[in-house]
Amino acid sequence: MKTETPTYVQFTQEMKKDYTILIPNMLPMHFKLIMSFMSTYGYHLELLEKSGPEIAETGLRYTHNDTCYPAILVIGQFMDALNSGKYDPNKVALIMFQTGGGCRASNYISLIRKALKNAGYPQVPVISFSLAGIEHHPGFKLTLAQITGMLNAVFYADLLMSLVNQCRTYENIPGSAQKLADKWTSKLGQKLGRGGRISVNRARRNCKDIISDFAALPMTSRAAVKVGIVGEIFVKYSPLGNNNLEQFLVGEGAQVVVPGLIDFCLYCVYNGIEDHNLYGGSALKSLGYRIAYKYLNHRREKISRLLQRSGRFEGYTPFDKIVNLTRGYISNGAKMGEGWLLTAEMLELYESGVRNIVCTQPFGCLPNHICGKGMMRPIKEHCPGANIVAIDYDSGATKVNQENRLKLMLANADI
Amino acid sequence: MGSAHKNTLSLGLDIGSTTAKIIVVENDNILYSRYERHFSQVRTKALELIEDAKSFLSGRPFTSAISGSAGLGVAEAANLPFVQEVYATGQIVRQFEPDTNAVIELGGEDAKIIFFDGNSIDERMNGSCAGGTGAFIDQMAVLLNMTVDEMDKISLQHTRLYPIASRCGVFAKSDIQPLLNQGAAKADVAASIYQAVVNQTIAGLAQGRRIGGKVMFLGGPLHYCLGLRERFVETLCLSPENAIFPEYGLFAVALGAAMYSKSESPTDFESLCSSLRESANRESPSRDRLSPLFKNDEELEEFQRRHSAADVPSEDISEYSGGAYLGIDCGSTTTKLALISDDKKLLYTYYSPNQGDPVTLVKQQLIHIRKLCGNRINILGSAVTGYGEDLIRHAFHCDGGIVETIAHYRAARHFMPDVDFILDIGGQDIKCFRIKNGAIDSIMLNEACSSGCGSFIETFAKSMGCTIEEFAAFGLHSRAPVNLGSRCTVFMNSSVKQSQKEGASVEDISAGLSISVVKNAIYKVIRANSPKELGKHIVVQGGTFLNDAVLRAFEQELGINVVRPAIAGLMGAYGAALYSMYFKTSSLLTLSELESFTHTSKSATCHGCQNNCRLTVNIFSDGGRFISGNQCEKGLGSKEYQPLPNLHQWKRDRIEAMRSVPGRRGKLGLPMALGMYELYPLWHALFTSLGYEIVLSSLSTRRTYERGQFSIPSDTACYPAKIMHGHIEELIDNGVDAVFYPCLTYNVDEHSSANHYNCPVVAYYSELLHGNMDSLKKVKFLYPYLRVETPKALFRTMWKNIALFDSTITRQELRHAVEAGFDAYNLYIKELREAGEAALKFARENGKRIMILAGRPYHADPEIGHGIDKLATSLGFVVVSEDSICHLVPPERVNVLNQWTYHARLYRAARYATEHSDTQLVQLVSFGCGVDAITTDEVRSILESAGKFYTQIKIDEITNLGAVRIRLRSLIGALEEQ
Repeated sequence: MKTETPTYVQFTQEMKKDYTILIPNMLPMHFKLIMSFMSTYGYHLELLEKSGPEIAETGLRYTHNDTCYPAILVIGQFMDALNSGKYDPNKVALIMFQTGGGCRASNYISLIRKALKNAGYPQVPVISFSLAGIEHHPGFKLTLAQITGMLNAVFYADLLMSLVNQCRTYENIPGSAQKLADKWTSKLGQKLGRGGRISVNRARRNCKDIISDFAALPMTSRAAVKVGIVGEIFVKYSPLGNNNLEQFLVGEGAQVVVPGLIDFCLYCVYNGIEDHNLYGGSALKSLGYRIAYKYLNHRREKISRLLQRSGRFEGYTPFDKIVNLTRGYISNGAKMGEGWLLTAEMLELYESGVRNIVCTQPFGCLPNHICGKGMMRPIKEHCPGANIVAIDYDSGATKVNQENRLKLMLANADI
Repeated sequence: MGSAHKNTLSLGLDIGSTTAKIIVVENDNILYSRYERHFSQVRTKALELIEDAKSFLSGRPFTSAISGSAGLGVAEAANLPFVQEVYATGQIVRQFEPDTNAVIELGGEDAKIIFFDGNSIDERMNGSCAGGTGAFIDQMAVLLNMTVDEMDKISLQHTRLYPIASRCGVFAKSDIQPLLNQGAAKADVAASIYQAVVNQTIAGLAQGRRIGGKVMFLGGPLHYCLGLRERFVETLCLSPENAIFPEYGLFAVALGAAMYSKSESPTDFESLCSSLRESANRESPSRDRLSPLFKNDEELEEFQRRHSAADVPSEDISEYSGGAYLGIDCGSTTTKLALISDDKKLLYTYYSPNQGDPVTLVKQQLIHIRKLCGNRINILGSAVTGYGEDLIRHAFHCDGGIVETIAHYRAARHFMPDVDFILDIGGQDIKCFRIKNGAIDSIMLNEACSSGCGSFIETFAKSMGCTIEEFAAFGLHSRAPVNLGSRCTVFMNSSVKQSQKEGASVEDISAGLSISVVKNAIYKVIRANSPKELGKHIVVQGGTFLNDAVLRAFEQELGINVVRPAIAGLMGAYGAALYSMYFKTSSLLTLSELESFTHTSKSATCHGCQNNCRLTVNIFSDGGRFISGNQCEKGLGSKEYQPLPNLHQWKRDRIEAMRSVPGRRGKLGLPMALGMYELYPLWHALFTSLGYEIVLSSLSTRRTYERGQFSIPSDTACYPAKIMHGHIEELIDNGVDAVFYPCLTYNVDEHSSANHYNCPVVAYYSELLHGNMDSLKKVKFLYPYLRVETPKALFRTMWKNIALFDSTITRQELRHAVEAGFDAYNLYIKELREAGEAALKFARENGKRIMILAGRPYHADPEIGHGIDKLATSLGFVVVSEDSICHLVPPERVNVLNQWTYHARLYRAARYATEHSDTQLVQLVSFGCGVDAITTDEVRSILESAGKFYTQIKIDEITNLGAVRIRLRSLIGALEEQ
């Protein structure tokens, strides 16, 4: 027999009416888009944007200090918000994104609930947002249209993120690329929301417009060092988690290359297919994964082609290719945490000419021992000129140490 | 580089974490160089060094660049060219010694390694966990009460090396201090410290790449410490011509900066000085600062008045006559003595750093006390507590020993009968106990990774050039303490470095350190959410609380007032003295015996079992001997050694008893580590049935770890994983044809959790081994993705991969083999459980206490478990493992996601302990285990919900059982007091 999942406070239909749902800050652009889309369904969502050392400090106070740094930060943000007095603890809910699986990160929800209990907010519901659907919340059931809408948001945000990164190192007017992205974020937020569902042609036209807007930005044509960022998903994306890594690198004159969030989604879906390959099991389930994979991959490809056709920007490496890059390094069966995707992303960056790579990880991240640090040696062996630096992020790690190592990586990038 | 420009002058400045170096170069010739400690005054010192070099620089244009970890801030503030130090070094070596294969550079707190391979350079710096090296050596010298020079000289006379954990300074320290307390020779300890630095460099930096060929050594420590050089050369097996220690070793980075500057535009002396002067004067932005300890002088006065009230009655020893009782607290860094009268008044006290030789110190004090007592005062009882308890007790024939936690409680209770919380921060330990109904209810000790607090402040004070008292006083007047975080002290070191870069004052750093120590205690050790949790009557003690800044920070953080007895540093000794009042007559050495007392120590190896413990034998002038370093009682020469049931031992015996037979399909090696510990019976039977000869690597020793150390890419992975490398090396040396360690995302399913995963490390470590171990290329490495839930699943996944093994294996053969495997596994589990039940029965029939020594199956490994199981049996516990008794209770509902097979057993074992009053659970946690951050809290809450003690032991490479012994004895003491 299986033990039941422990009881938790559900997010009910009534709560939907007047509860504010707080979202931790991982990917500002992505989450903003998703939020404005979801708000058209009557949800009141709010992105927690506070950063600074007190967030980690608060997190440490409410959770085990050896827990992953991302968990400490997320809990810190939630607790900081609840303690601020800005929200009525009886009218607020939290949402956390997770993938499940054998990594300890799948325990974030439990840790948040424990922290809430200790802090005296046991009544606050925590919605686990997972494509795997781990829990049941009557007030937060996603329809297919909603999922599609959110995927649209992710596609748009990935595109915007890629374009900002490809522009801002070269822009003539500092901040113009980000400003343009912000403009599109709010514009798309409304567009996504109004219809709920967007026609394929419409989405395509939006992407085209976005690309041509960015292509029109005044930019210099100087050469810049390209630096890829890979790693644990939270510290890879969140400026709070990685001490504004992107900003630092751009400040040093580098162009940042960050793989998109949809790649992570594709990775999760692909694992369903790979499980079937390795272990057998339900053919129907596997078929479902295959269809989802095909669909996402197809859409990703279309945007990539638009980017390439612009003549100005680089597209995405086809995911089918990314999947196969790991051959000889790590099996695609290594699926905990970022798993094989982390290795694949380093290889993909190298293949596409980005030889300088920052591999970010929370201190003591278990999957990264294997898929990150454990794969650097074979990668360096087979990829001459690969310049990879592993940076640990932690509440105790100092910026000066991190930046010194980044500077070393950048100094070697010129060779 | 330089030849293109005629007569160019260039200046290089290297500002590291502790020192600043300047060099002036003209056409590759060094005109001037200087090396000085900067005592955190980085900008001022930079300016000073340049001004001192005026005669070489003024009146001529020259180029300049700054390098070094603390130089970054200076360069930014003064807008000067900066070059990363490792990069600068790499350039220099290429220019001056182009045939170098590797460079090892140790700095104040950074360690770097550069590999040269044709045109490619591979540069690495220590990770954030790997601690400092130069600063570490400084700290260790302080510990030995020597200068770095003295330590270096004496190290050359060593005769043996002790294993000292090499992960970081804090770990090493907790190995070294007990060695000193046990009387190990300083020469051996000094050399062992250097060896630890060497091991750290190899394991932490080389990350799987062998250091060989021509190796150049750079940086301060390698320039000054001949002993360190010797250890490096010997360990790396370098011939003299391949070990290069260049003249400019100290200045390599500065030289590199000077060379680098040639591509920058020239400047002149005046403008360089003025831009530096300007930045030195500029107030740095006060970010990341905390509120001051005292808002104003009134607050400070009130604070001092309040704490002077906690007085202790004392009596003049020269007036008193009658009985007296002596307590000795031989701590990790300090030795304390207290002599009390019949009515518990203090007659004599003593507090001093033990200077690495507690025996001599105590001897002098005892002579002093005996003389003061004369014939008037009769010492009726004496007791020892602390790290050095056993040694001192044996040396001076003290009457009793008491575990330090209990000693502290006795003392605190004397001052505050209704005390409900005691926090003791000593030189190296943080201890806190909650008191309920007059008994210790729970004990928390700091884990090895946050220890070193008190002695850390002291070492830091010294490095800033002041005494601990002065340093503490500075903190009281800080206006904006720096925020240094609440992690281990190695992290604090670099946080301090950062704040120095930002120009923080000594006052602000002192206050910041005090606040960090306090936060460490509250949030890491006690894990409190609010002051209410601690209690109403809090007593704080221990030497560190003599520091007013620490005391204030504690009150401030909790928002309540606490009591600090005036003898805060002597509470252990006072408690021991109180304890010794049970005795009526004392066997303590007399004055004449003390005066003729001498003590020598020698080393030996115990061959009682395969652990081969390295013993230190202390021999006293009266013929008494005291042996330490043993993991069990066997080495002590006791003849009738009858161990109690021990399931960890049972497992090891069971595995070793399994024999292999020659097979037609070749030799298959199985590494005895991680998941193999439990699944060995399955694989053994399965592959034997298929016709393989099974070769199992032997049980781990320290040597096993060292054997594979060089290929470990991620130093912060857990020890059970890292030791895997050694097992693989052993198998390959034994001539196996193939090595098998499968990838198991899923473990066996015991239907007691939401899923049955393995942790990522157990599941996929093979992937890492494949990528990082060259020796695996010599054999077939088989690591297919398999499933072991059912024979069917295993058959299916094995069959898919059958070509990896041998294509001639038929379905029938495999089916049969899988069946045999599962039969063997099920039999193993059945026997394990029967043995567990038998042990429980034995304990209950014989009135013994039961300890569930809970962790993972691989914690039965003698090297990973460090013999804690044997220690527990020697203390009178019957030891069972979590997997041998968890079947006795139903699956547990927990508040966390329960999805790992091994961890579900922990929760069930904890439940079992709550249901039986004679059973205690002690959880073994490997350092770096991410999943245990989740399980420990949950196991604790299961146990504490039923009023049970929770005891956690963090284990790593450390072989020191002293701290574990204290913890287990505290547990016994607390049980007895209940």
